[in-house]
Amino acid sequence: MPAFARNDTFETAVLPHLDAAHNLARWLMRDAAAAEDVLQEALLRSLTYFPSFRGVNPRAWLLQIVRNSAYDSFNLNRGVELVPLAGSPADAEAGAIELPDEADDPEESLIKARDRCWVRSLVAELPVELRETLVLRELEELSYKEISEVTQTPIGTVMSRLWRARRRLIEAAGEAERTP
Amino acid sequence: MSASESERRCEMLLLAQAEFDGELDAAQAAALSAHRAGCAVCQRATQTLAQTRAMLRDRLYEPAPEALRARLLERVAAAKPAARPPLSARFSDWLRPAFGFALGAAAAATLSIALLSPGTQSLTQELVASHIRALQPGHLEDVASTDQHTVKPWFDGRLPFSPPVKELRGDGFPLVGGRLDYLAGRPVAALVYGYRKHVIDLYAWPQAKGSTAPAKTQREGYNLVHWAAGGMNFWAVSDVEAKELRAFAQAWRAAP
Repeated sequence: MPAFARNDTFETAVLPHLDAAHNLARWLMRDAAAAEDVLQEALLRSLTYFPSFRGVNPRAWLLQIVRNSAYDSFNLNRGVELVPLAGSPADAEAGAIELPDEADDPEESLIKARDRCWVRSLVAELPVELRETLVLRELEELSYKEISEVTQTPIGTVMSRLWRARRRLIEAAGEAERTP
Repeated sequence: MSASESERRCEMLLLAQAEFDGELDAAQAAALSAHRAGCAVCQRATQTLAQTRAMLRDRLYEPAPEALRARLLERVAAAKPAARPPLSARFSDWLRPAFGFALGAAAAATLSIALLSPGTQSLTQELVASHIRALQPGHLEDVASTDQHTVKPWFDGRLPFSPPVKELRGDGFPLVGGRLDYLAGRPVAALVYGYRKHVIDLYAWPQAKGSTAPAKTQREGYNLVHWAAGGMNFWAVSDVEAKELRAFAQAWRAAP
């Protein structure tokens, strides 16, 4: 009977994954404000449902709630946020004014910032189901099984989405290089 | 660079990717490596994978900014005593006796002895826990309405299915409202009915298999009745007598 003997609290089990939750929300939503709304909704939901949480993986559980909150928000907005605005001016500025690494000279760090901004826009242009799969694998480093749980999708579908996302990314990068 | 038709068609492609992602065991990896030695498609795929990873790593992660983190933690702390806005006075009056009983039942839960099979046991445990949680002030329903034509549309867009909502006032079980819940890792609909001073939660979610007649069980002083019909799974949970909960299930099944 492990369920009622749990020592974990919301603070020790769920809150340590706030960065992961924010990362996913930010990549699903169009802008920082929408991501904050989704993240807040997800945290309140997870606070409500935490007493009945019986799983062993609170990070995947929280990410699943973040994703559901984001999709609910898409539904409320009739899908207008399904395609984020890639490389919006605010993002570009944020990339350009980031402080350089200590080892970098200013010129090189500017190139890096542009580069990061460009890769960001390639990812942002992916359809949401490919984007979320790629972000969960490459940024969050979840296993296929965890991705399958978070996205409520069979593992076979996770694998093919991941491949499609990666192939599109490489193709888009190749096209961008040919047409400066 | 564009993917050729043959690249799309190599059956081992996703295995090559799985190896790159650390998802293969040693035997599978050995089989793949033998295949890849003679397959240009999989050799190129492995390059593609490494290129995308190099592009993405360490560049795109979005940790929560400090100011945002502080705002969120503040709101979570504020929400902690009552995660939902308070109920109307009428329902609070209704629930006060139930609240005291729920706390007793939650304490008793630690002492209870398991009699059911593990799978059903954890489900009934979740059902009872969810029901008890819902009885805490402010948690009973997300949409408070006695009108089935208000409750049913409320679920649209909030759940990946449309639960049936029936009004049973004529049978002595007035509809009180509905809310969203999570059970066994999936979102479910919870319909809230009243019976005298008691609350009956009816949980519903889709299932593939056909229909089953109502079966009753008991857990921690609560009665549960389970049935399946019309592609949906139903669990009614309440502290009313088993006989009355069965009558509720029959009334619900008989209602149009």
